[in-house]
Amino acid sequence: MESKKAQKKLGTEKLQRIIEMCIAIENHTVDPFLLNVDDIIKVVKEYFPQWKKPEELNLDSEAIHHLASAIKLQSEWVKQRSTALYTDPFLLEEKITQATREEMVGVFLKAWHPLVELEQLSLHSLAEAMRYWDGLLPLKERWPELAVPEVGMGITSRDELIKEQLLGDKLFSEELEGYWRELKEKVKEKGADGKIRYWDFIGADTYEETVERAFLASFLISYGYATLEIHPLEEEVFIEPFDKPLAKIGTQQSISIPIAVTYENWQKWKRGELD
Amino acid sequence: MRKKTKGIYASKMKRATHMLFYRRHQKPGVKGWELHKALGADYPKVLEVLDDYLKSLDLQVKTVFEEEKTPAGKPTLEELDRARFYVTLRGELTPKETKMIGWRIDDLAGLAVAISYIISKKGQAPRKDVEELLSEKLPGWKVGINIDRYIRYGYLQEDENDQLYLDWRTRAEVDEKALIDMLLRSEAQTTLPSEVSEEANEVDEPEDE
Repeated sequence: MESKKAQKKLGTEKLQRIIEMCIAIENHTVDPFLLNVDDIIKVVKEYFPQWKKPEELNLDSEAIHHLASAIKLQSEWVKQRSTALYTDPFLLEEKITQATREEMVGVFLKAWHPLVELEQLSLHSLAEAMRYWDGLLPLKERWPELAVPEVGMGITSRDELIKEQLLGDKLFSEELEGYWRELKEKVKEKGADGKIRYWDFIGADTYEETVERAFLASFLISYGYATLEIHPLEEEVFIEPFDKPLAKIGTQQSISIPIAVTYENWQKWKRGELD
Repeated sequence: MRKKTKGIYASKMKRATHMLFYRRHQKPGVKGWELHKALGADYPKVLEVLDDYLKSLDLQVKTVFEEEKTPAGKPTLEELDRARFYVTLRGELTPKETKMIGWRIDDLAGLAVAISYIISKKGQAPRKDVEELLSEKLPGWKVGINIDRYIRYGYLQEDENDQLYLDWRTRAEVDEKALIDMLLRSEAQTTLPSEVSEEANEVDEPEDE
């Protein structure tokens, strides 16, 4: 009874070693040809009648499965080596290094069949070219429409540039300063402690206008006209205008604060549900 | 009727000769579909007759299939349409003759080494490795120039990661299998072939393409 148990233990250990070896081959850390397939099959056959429990049978099937993978790798190795153009790179490199340039040329010339090509003008192609030349219109006749009309220099006005949409109707800085003044007035009217709720300032009758105001507000903050005060626990955001724009903008590392101006939030603000 | 057919083939052969010998595009050679369009669906037969005719001149019509996938059996018309056709030398050049076509022995040996090395590395090798190999026998200043020249001629190509590959001209001109077989079979020679050694002393620069 004792010896049977010991034999089973030995068999289990052997199967585990086989599995480990096969896994190493699958991972390409061991040469697949170090594996003697016949010996392994003998071991598997020898212990198979003793396996009764599901885990023992599972181990047995696992060993067979990994063995099959290792055999597949052996077959791939043979296949690759037997392809027509396979050469051992080390052997070939050795040959290349040892060969003299004359030997190298001698070998190459036996495998080299250079292309043959001609470059030659024929009477026919010359005659063809002459016919083409005869039919070709002079440049001044072919490209008259490409002549760019001469335009004299002149002076344009700001109104004309706005009309041509090259300039906006307000300079951005002017627009921003106007917006800053509006912020200060709103803080006086509706704000407290020199600040106003962010949404109460940017919120407008339409969602489009609200987005535009949020866009401008971001520049007010970036350019030092105002600052944000955030109360994370209460989830409240206030905007506070400065009396004078800060001059040290750009000298300090700034941080970006994303504020979602979504349609849903705008609707909530309209209904007075956005705190 | 027979005479008429013969006449048609003779005229198609002439047309094929013009197309194959004279460069029509940036690269030499003609695509199968171009021949198909110019000569008709029986162009493989025309090329066969032309190849037979060129045999006596030691030339051949060489077919290079798309992506080097040479069909196992007889190629289909579609495969031929996608292939490229060239006229190449059928036999071999003697070392002396290589001079006539603008190759110095050093440059040709360098090309042979570069091609063989890239083949041995399964078709791809770092430029640095090829340069190291060539610099064992060629002066350093010449190595880079030579590799650039092989690339310019279409024997090699280089990617942005400085890897070298074989290019269209090698596929058209070099029998890769024969080259490797002969190289592996070659024994180190102690005496040089007289023709070659004579050639080795020549120092003329070849003309660039």
